Amino acid sequence: MNEAAPRYYVPHSSPWPIIGSTALFVTAFGAASFIHQSTEKVAAEGSFGQPIFFTGLALIAFMMFGWFSIVIKESIRGMNSGLLDRTYRMGMAWFILSEVMFFGAFFGALFYARIVSVPWLAGASNNLETHVLLWPDFADTWPLFMTPGGDATEAMEAWGLPFINTVILVSSSLTVTFAHWALRKNSRLPLVIWLATTVVLGATFLALQVVEYIHAYTELGLSMGAGIYGSTFFMLTGFHGAHVTMGTIMLTVMLLRCLSGHFSSENHFAFEAVTWYWHFVDVVWLFLFTFVYWF
Amino acid sequence: MISMSNGLRNCLTLAFLASFSTLTFAVEFDLREGVTDMSQRIQDLHHLSLAVCVVVGIVVFGAMFYSIVAHRRSRHPKPADFHESLLVEIVWTTVPILILVGMAIPATTTLLEIEDNSDPDLTILITASQWKWHYQYLEADIGFYSNMTTPTAQINNLEPKGENYLLEVDNPLVLPTNKKVRFLTTSNDVIHSWWVPDFAVKQDAIPGFINEAWARLDQPGLFRGQCAELCGKDHAYMPVVVEVRLEAEFDKWIDDQRLAKELSSGQAVADRNKTWTMAELMPIGEQVFLTHCATCHESTGVGQGVTYPALAGGEIPNGPLEVHIDLVMNGKGGTEMQSWAPQLSDRELAAVITYERNAWGNSTNDVVQPKTIYATR
Amino acid sequence: MVAQAEDVIPQRSPLMAFMARWLLTTNHKEIGTLYLWLSFTLFFIGGAMAMVIRLELFQPGIQFAEPLFYNQMVTMHGLIMVFGVVMPGFVGLANWQIPLMIGAPDMAMPRLNNFSFWILPFAFTLLLSSLFMEGGAPNFGWTFYAPLSTTYGPPSTDFFIIGVHMMGISSVLGAINVIVTIFNLRTPGMTLMKMPLFVWTWLITAFLLIMVMPVLAGVVTMMLTDRHFDTSFFSAAGGGDPLMFQHVFWFFGHPEVYILILPGFGIASQIIPTFARKRLFGYHSMVFASAAIAFLSFIVWGHHMFTAGMPVWVELSFMYATMLIAVPTGVKVFNWVATMWRGSMTFETPMLFALGFVILFTIGGFSGLMLALVPADFQYHDTFFVVAHFHYVLYPGAIFGTMAAVYYWIPKWTGNMYDERLGKIHFWTAVIAVNLTFFPMHFTGLAGMPRRIVDYSLQFADFNMVSSVGAALLGMTQVLFLYIVIKTIRGGAKASTRVWEGADGLEWTVPSPAPHHTFETPPAFPPIMDENESTSLNE
Ligand code: HEA
Ligand code: HEA
Ligand code: HEC
Ligand code: CUA
Ligand SMILES: [Cu+2]
Repeated sequence: MNEAAPRYYVPHSSPWPIIGSTALFVTAFGAASFIHQSTEKVAAEGSFGQPIFFTGLALIAFMMFGWFSIVIKESIRGMNSGLLDRTYRMGMAWFILSEVMFFGAFFGALFYARIVSVPWLAGASNNLETHVLLWPDFADTWPLFMTPGGDATEAMEAWGLPFINTVILVSSSLTVTFAHWALRKNSRLPLVIWLATTVVLGATFLALQVVEYIHAYTELGLSMGAGIYGSTFFMLTGFHGAHVTMGTIMLTVMLLRCLSGHFSSENHFAFEAVTWYWHFVDVVWLFLFTFVYWF
Repeated sequence: MISMSNGLRNCLTLAFLASFSTLTFAVEFDLREGVTDMSQRIQDLHHLSLAVCVVVGIVVFGAMFYSIVAHRRSRHPKPADFHESLLVEIVWTTVPILILVGMAIPATTTLLEIEDNSDPDLTILITASQWKWHYQYLEADIGFYSNMTTPTAQINNLEPKGENYLLEVDNPLVLPTNKKVRFLTTSNDVIHSWWVPDFAVKQDAIPGFINEAWARLDQPGLFRGQCAELCGKDHAYMPVVVEVRLEAEFDKWIDDQRLAKELSSGQAVADRNKTWTMAELMPIGEQVFLTHCATCHESTGVGQGVTYPALAGGEIPNGPLEVHIDLVMNGKGGTEMQSWAPQLSDRELAAVITYERNAWGNSTNDVVQPKTIYATR
Repeated sequence: MVAQAEDVIPQRSPLMAFMARWLLTTNHKEIGTLYLWLSFTLFFIGGAMAMVIRLELFQPGIQFAEPLFYNQMVTMHGLIMVFGVVMPGFVGLANWQIPLMIGAPDMAMPRLNNFSFWILPFAFTLLLSSLFMEGGAPNFGWTFYAPLSTTYGPPSTDFFIIGVHMMGISSVLGAINVIVTIFNLRTPGMTLMKMPLFVWTWLITAFLLIMVMPVLAGVVTMMLTDRHFDTSFFSAAGGGDPLMFQHVFWFFGHPEVYILILPGFGIASQIIPTFARKRLFGYHSMVFASAAIAFLSFIVWGHHMFTAGMPVWVELSFMYATMLIAVPTGVKVFNWVATMWRGSMTFETPMLFALGFVILFTIGGFSGLMLALVPADFQYHDTFFVVAHFHYVLYPGAIFGTMAAVYYWIPKWTGNMYDERLGKIHFWTAVIAVNLTFFPMHFTGLAGMPRRIVDYSLQFADFNMVSSVGAALLGMTQVLFLYIVIKTIRGGAKASTRVWEGADGLEWTVPSPAPHHTFETPPAFPPIMDENESTSLNE
């Protein structure tokens, strides 16, 4: 690093943040209008929401591309002093904590349903009268086969596809670690092979998840409308699936960057950040498998 | 303040005086004592905690104001140099803890008694809906709705406001003295909260769940409260009125209600057997509409924006009759348009539907008969 | 230091240059300024809504606002004040001050900083635009309880949900930036336990933000799926529970109220020692108390739901935990008093606001303690007593805190002293107006007036009238404040480097106004304060 440079690199003004917030706004506005217009009450208004939403997404992709490419350039030019590297690491760690809390809200809903609301509706705790007067026929089971309102569903079996998916995701966490080791040793070929394997595993996971959803909807009657069991099931697995999708895309980008030789054995924080993210997604899945499918 | 300009000061004084000139100051500063053992104990708790706060306040603010006066630079030019003391830190951590324990004990014992809902003598199921209460006497199999009766003209300042403005209903809940009365609260739509300050009972009414509370009343009287949870547009117009009667009178009242119920079923049979004309139904219908429907659909049937559809020229009031009857009787799930079949009699339903189909320029000429409604039930 | 060229902006028309400067900036000072102006603008909008509320409540009967519109005003007032005024205001202060106080060249991630800011104007545009939509703006209270906000919510609820998501993204990214800045960019020698308290309280606030904003995002997401995708999180018929909404919301909501006050504690802890000319008493216990408050804030949320029908042992646990918060908060109050004790005090405007903060916040804290007693809360809950409580902790708490900070640091930001005479007038009218507005609400609440009602019965009329008069006065003081701020930006007595005679800390070693770039190399710590240098104005 240049001796005369300030100890900390402060970037000049940049167009990407404002492009990013505009993109976010367009996406948000589009998403809200889209959802809003899909209700019957206002369906007559037409549906400009959808195109706006996708425009917004495209803008976000454009922003990410632009923003990350300057960060990459800075990194390649060696402007990321040790301090900046620490900054990015810490930033990523705290970001993952915020994601943990986001999942926490949905797990909270799951536990609340299992420990509080479903037993209460069946008369537990201080809710005997709730059961007697309002839902006399309701029985406390989990998975909830029959809602108080009378919607029936079947439960998703844990040891079929979900178990296979667990194996896939856990192995992908291993392969990405192998890739990381390879990168640290600067061995290009194993790096690319292991990383590509990880991407393929991620994609397979997603494909199986789609198969599982189709199975749930068509054969089990397990849908988002199937009471709190279906609600928590799809919210948790769906939100997790969205994260796997993001992770797979990021891994793919890393693969491309490895192919164009962006990383060195010392300087590869972006790669590490993605592996952290991937491990996080994996750990969340283990919780999911345990509490959504298994017990 | 010293340097405040004259103009500003005059303005302030004027505003201040103006605000007081119209006041009578026959006002209450304290929490209500109420009429139950529990409400009085809660008031005691309120006094205790208030006293604690006032005393702590006097000590803390006293020290502060003393310091502000005595340790200002003009009096105390050289600041002292201390900035730490483990001892005082420990003291002012433990003393508050002790004070808090002193407050927590009576709060806990009172709470345990309040939450003891066992062995009631009488149970009332209170079902809230936008924006009225339904009271069901579980043991006696009697039930009725309770609506606010304050006229719109008073609300819109067109008439002088009555003494019990906004706190008056058509059918108060009637309760006996000297019985442990248990209240079960629930709701048909959003969350409401049944509150009578004089009983110190405030219990949320949650759709799909039942909450419990109780009160034992010593003396007869009329007690007024309000819905205490934001429940939509007319949250302010959902009063609770409870009439407490001596036990004997209460029993008589229950018998009267039973009788009235039988009579009204006799009335219903008579209604059914008669063939009504448009001229007979329209005024009844108008009355029902103004009482029950106009808060949302407006007295002129124009509705309010997208939220409350216009009935004048509306699709359903001018469309097939069966659809219209079905909608009014069963409501529309998940909207504020509730099911009216349990709330209105055959005659009232027939009348209001007839009215809707023939008022404000709607002219289907349909006359709905109570027997049609009866058959649809 | 000043020799460093301005960020290179190609030749453009003045308007373009202006836009480019503010839209593209990565400078923490400029971003701080943007945040502060956004907060101030929204304060006027949210305040105007409060004026509508008070106008309607001036007398019984419907005067100006139809019931549905009244509910929209209450909801938007609460949302804007909490998310649009206090939070961005504090973030603005953090942006300006944290790098200056820890000797950092800027925030750790300057571009992200700009991103966090510019999300907000868009989010509030989205939220405010709902006022003009069919069916009106959100009308279910700032706590948006289900099912009033799900099944029964107006169509604009979807825009509200997305708006909340955007605010959440902004807050989380901003908080990450604050934490990383504090951990990484302190000047050598400034250990954690030597950081100024404002920095400490912000560190804790940022942690709270990261922990709870995602939970808020979670709860609005569940609302969205309940509204449109048939799920039944908040509906009993499907096995869910409307109460679940309240649990998740308040798990966010209670830490949120400490997010709204902790930086204020930090500000008071900077200002009081300065004007008492005496070191802060009990620095360590101040830090631990803040941490204890943050910890406790995660286990007290149930005190908002005492009447909702929780089992009695749950109510008791929440009651005890809630009462405990009075202990660390008390430690803070006592430490402030001990700092003043045998100091050598002068009472410039920042000090006046800080003292007003301590006294009136404590009064609000006392009513909070009363609310914590479950049986008593059965009577207080959802009445104006609660409204009185939270306005005491929020207005003379959060808002006075922010104003004290502005008076304290504005000489450093602009290089000019504010008009002390006007500042004092502002303070005294504000103190009178705040008490006139909010104190009577205790009485109406105790007498039984529910909150969120558009119209009330006759026995509450007198005190409501007093409140409304007070509110009008309070509105006027805001205009005065705006005038003072603009006047200071435009000119005034030149501020010296140290500004206040008793001031201590790195921010007082850079010139006033602080140059565009500061601390490009780490400053020495502890700083050497110039003892002779100050422009203290008072006797
Ligand atoms: C800045 C925001 C802020 C702060 C700091 C607080 C602080 C506290 N709050 Fe408040 N509160 C709100 C904002 C805040 N609150 C809001 C917005 C609501 C309403 C939300 C809504 O429904 O819309 C609310 C509602 C609310 C309720 C629910 C009321 C109801 O709806 O029924 C309760 C109940 O326990 C409560 C309690 C407390 C307590 C115990 C504290 C404590 O932290 C206070 C501690 C401080 C002191 C006690 C004073 C100083 C201490 C001493 C001098 C020590 C010695 C004292 C003694 C031993 C007595 N608050
Ligand atoms: C930081 C938070 C904050 C702040 C600063 C305020 C400030 C004020 N609040 Fe607010 N308030 C809340 C947070 C806050 N509030 C919350 C969270 C709620 C609960 C919402 C809910 O129930 O969902 C609430 C609810 C609430 C209610 C209860 C409504 C109800 O339950 O029915 C009332 C009633 O008086 C009120 C009044 C005021 C007033 C008069 C001010 C004043 O201090 C405002 C002063 C500021 C100005 C007036 C603006 C400046 C001047 C102008 C705009 C010039 C133009 C004005 C004129 C020409 C007069 N607020
Ligand atoms: C609490 C508010 C409320 C009250 C009171 C109310 N309604 Fe409605 N009403 C609604 C709403 C909301 C709708 C729209 C339902 C929907 O989404 O389609 C509606 C729809 C209707 C419609 C269908 C209009 C159309 O063309 O789509 C009729 C007819 C109707 N109401 C009649 C009545 C009658 C008769 C009463 C009184 C006995 C009444 N309403 C009381 C809220 C109310
Ligand atoms: Cu019912 Cu408020
Ligand atoms: Cu709280």
